[in-house]
Amino acid sequence: MACKFCGPKLSLCGLVLSVWGIIQLTLMGVFYYIGAVALLEDLPLGEHHDSIEDFVAEVRKGYNLNAYNCWIAALLYVITLVVSGHQFWMNNRSSVSM
Amino acid sequence: MGAMFRSEEMALCQLFIQPEAAYTSVSELGETGTVQFRDLNADVNAFQRKFVNEVRRCDEMERKLRYIEAEVHKDKVHVPPVKDMPRAPNPREIIDLEAHLEKTENEILELSHNAINLKQNYLELTELKHVLEKTEAFFAAQEEIGMDSLTKSLISDEAGQQAVTRGRLGFVAGVVQRERVPAFERMLWRISRGNVFLRRAELDKPLEDPNTGNEIYKTVFVAFFQGEQLKSRIKKVCSGFHASLYPCPPSNAERLDMVKGVRTRLEDLNMVLNQTRDHRQRVLVSVAKELGSWSIMVRKMKAIYHTLNLFNMDVTKKCLIGECWVPTADLPNVQKALADGSNACGSSIPSFLNCIETDEEPPTFNRTNRFTRGFQTLIDSYGVASYRECNPALYTTITFPFLFAVMFGDLGHGFIMALFGAWMVIKEVSLAAKKSNNEIWNIFFAGRYIILLMGCFSMYTGIVYNDIFSKSMNIFGTSWFVPYDNETLETNAALTLDPKDSYVDKPYFIGIDPIWQTADNKIIFLNSYKMKLSIIFGVVHMIFGVCMSVVNYNFFKRRYSIFLEFIPQVVFLCLLFLYMVFMMFYKWVSYSTFSEDIAYSQGCAPSVLILFINMMLFSSSEPEGGCKEFMFEGQGTIQRVFVLLALCCIPVMLFGKPLYVLMAQKKKDKKTQHSNGNVNQGIEMQEQTDITVPPKAEAKSSGGHDHDDEPFSEVMIHQAIHTIEYVLSTISHTASYLRLWALSLAHAELSEVLWSMVLRFGLTDHNYVGAIKLYVAFIFWALFTLAILVMMEGLSAFLHTLRLHWVEFMSKFYSGLGYIFQPFCFKTILEQEENEE
Repeated sequence: MACKFCGPKLSLCGLVLSVWGIIQLTLMGVFYYIGAVALLEDLPLGEHHDSIEDFVAEVRKGYNLNAYNCWIAALLYVITLVVSGHQFWMNNRSSVSM
Repeated sequence: MGAMFRSEEMALCQLFIQPEAAYTSVSELGETGTVQFRDLNADVNAFQRKFVNEVRRCDEMERKLRYIEAEVHKDKVHVPPVKDMPRAPNPREIIDLEAHLEKTENEILELSHNAINLKQNYLELTELKHVLEKTEAFFAAQEEIGMDSLTKSLISDEAGQQAVTRGRLGFVAGVVQRERVPAFERMLWRISRGNVFLRRAELDKPLEDPNTGNEIYKTVFVAFFQGEQLKSRIKKVCSGFHASLYPCPPSNAERLDMVKGVRTRLEDLNMVLNQTRDHRQRVLVSVAKELGSWSIMVRKMKAIYHTLNLFNMDVTKKCLIGECWVPTADLPNVQKALADGSNACGSSIPSFLNCIETDEEPPTFNRTNRFTRGFQTLIDSYGVASYRECNPALYTTITFPFLFAVMFGDLGHGFIMALFGAWMVIKEVSLAAKKSNNEIWNIFFAGRYIILLMGCFSMYTGIVYNDIFSKSMNIFGTSWFVPYDNETLETNAALTLDPKDSYVDKPYFIGIDPIWQTADNKIIFLNSYKMKLSIIFGVVHMIFGVCMSVVNYNFFKRRYSIFLEFIPQVVFLCLLFLYMVFMMFYKWVSYSTFSEDIAYSQGCAPSVLILFINMMLFSSSEPEGGCKEFMFEGQGTIQRVFVLLALCCIPVMLFGKPLYVLMAQKKKDKKTQHSNGNVNQGIEMQEQTDITVPPKAEAKSSGGHDHDDEPFSEVMIHQAIHTIEYVLSTISHTASYLRLWALSLAHAELSEVLWSMVLRFGLTDHNYVGAIKLYVAFIFWALFTLAILVMMEGLSAFLHTLRLHWVEFMSKFYSGLGYIFQPFCFKTILEQEENEE
């Protein structure tokens, strides 16, 4: 069942990347959730708005959506972390037993 | 303490060592690694030196060790690393070691010789076995034909005759290399005009060449022919093709017997071969254990004899005399090493250490630790400091990471860099033990403390620039608010925030207000801010550099230079550029949008650059209505005075020192004439050596690089070059510090572009598919952040910082004309040799 499909370097790379991804994307999710102005530029917004209320509602929706998207991506990185961690462990173990 | 401030004081010492104690004493000195020996026999070539024979013996031992090592590696025996360094063996042990090496070498030689013989035998026997087995099939086929023809001969005479002739067919059996077979076959066909019948069969398994151990593929062949003449010809061809021929009995029963015999012999031989192999393995394993320490011992010995070759023999041949540079702080260690050395060999007469006066420039030695080493290397790669010159490495430990950080200001990128540096620092011991040949890695590792500091400082400047991966953080609450109502916001695409209405008149707690991230004119604001910042840092850095020259003048007893060089230089720099810095601060402080006086309101702030240019050109520009040209009363007069004073400094710089030198020379000429008379009078009574003393002492007192002996014209030319260089460089170097702004702008823009081009791809989706896109976009964003923003930008900022230090800072006081202190130390010698391997 123990299948090894990553080399030691790739698995280490995945490990580092996913740790980074989890931390940054979780934080970004939090900031989107609380509606940080700095992230306003990156929201999915339409071109035209009828009124201020309409615009605020859309912005609020965009913030929430992006917050969840960030957290989902962070979860994906958790999976990546587990997979690459397993691969890393496999590589290390095999190199010890050799 | 104070070790970093300037290089250590060195003393030239003479060593008087008894010949018996020389070896052990030098060995002790090599262990401590604090002395640099000077070659006293520079005119003697390598073959005429005293310890040539010993060096040769060491060479011979090294050769043997190399041979043994090669054999050990051939058999893939693991060589254990040396745990504790063995000391250099004493002369008695050398002989033992030599004998031991000789014995081991011979043993291994004999073993491998025997092994080759045995393998040769084994090869021949296996080939024979194969020949016998493979030819079986050919002969079987032939006999069938023979039987056939026998039965035929009963029927017809003609056929009988044929059978008789066929029965007389001779044959040769052997083995030839597979790739030679086609040529071999063609050759046989040609020499016999097609009258040779060749059968062949390939061997499935490769055989092992006894000499090289390579695998070779061979083919068994049997050539049938008729007649003796042809036989001799075929044999010649066989030897030409390096085919080995084997006797092969024609009759079936004999062949079977022979195969049986060969098989038993092969089994026996196999057993013997295995035993030899085991024996060899055992010998090599036992040798491998000692190999590391032996080679270290031999290398140390060789180094000792090389050093002894630098020594002089006393006239009476009773003692060896060596000269060496020693840091004065280490003199007790050297004394102790010498005492240990003579104790070790039981010599009753102690060795002497005698410090001698010299007018020669001693080597530069900066004691470093693992933190300062990296910074010292940066300085040394520009030029090794002159002896006892002010060492810029001390200040570099802070200014280097700081100036780097001004260009690399980003909290996120700084954090990554600091993390990398911290990892290398924490894992220092285990990473250093893993010796790597990767040059880039070694550079990073050598600069681990620099990287850590650069990362930490970048985090700080990142906070000041309010940049984390190009985003701003509103931690302390922005000082701006939006004064417009909803209607205005709806109808206008872009609006200006007037500080009068929308600023709370209390600046953001630290760094740049996060409101700027959303502003359209962010870059315009940042440019002005960062440009001023870089000029301020630059001017302070340069003034600091100029002030460092006082320390040098003071130390080298050239106090006149303080007045004739330093003061005009620093006045020139301050009156022009420090004044400009002052204007910047004055402008920041005095002009405000909330100011009551209309002349100090926001619209009236003059451009510092224009003011400065006008000051230099003595021109003026009309201010706008209600504003004033100058920032304060009497600024125009002050500026004029400043410029004139600065200009007055130039002739002082240009002529001050040459004139002083000229006068000093004249004074000295008078004196020396006087003293020459004295010497001439006393020459009959005094020994000759005394005459050489006075100039020596004089040369020493002036120290450093002095122009005392040069003619006036040369001093003048030097000074003119220095002056022109300094005056021009104050301008060009100040401008050069603008790279701080340029690089930091480039860095900030690049990271913003990366965010908006790559990461935004995953953030602007209207549904949850965006999460997958974000996952992918993040990979690329992270990759580019590392590769371009941290690695490439970091490298470029590093190089620019290096240049700012080498050119802009160090040119103000650093001459860098020394040479490095290279102590005789076993550790460095062994490390060097390892690197060469």
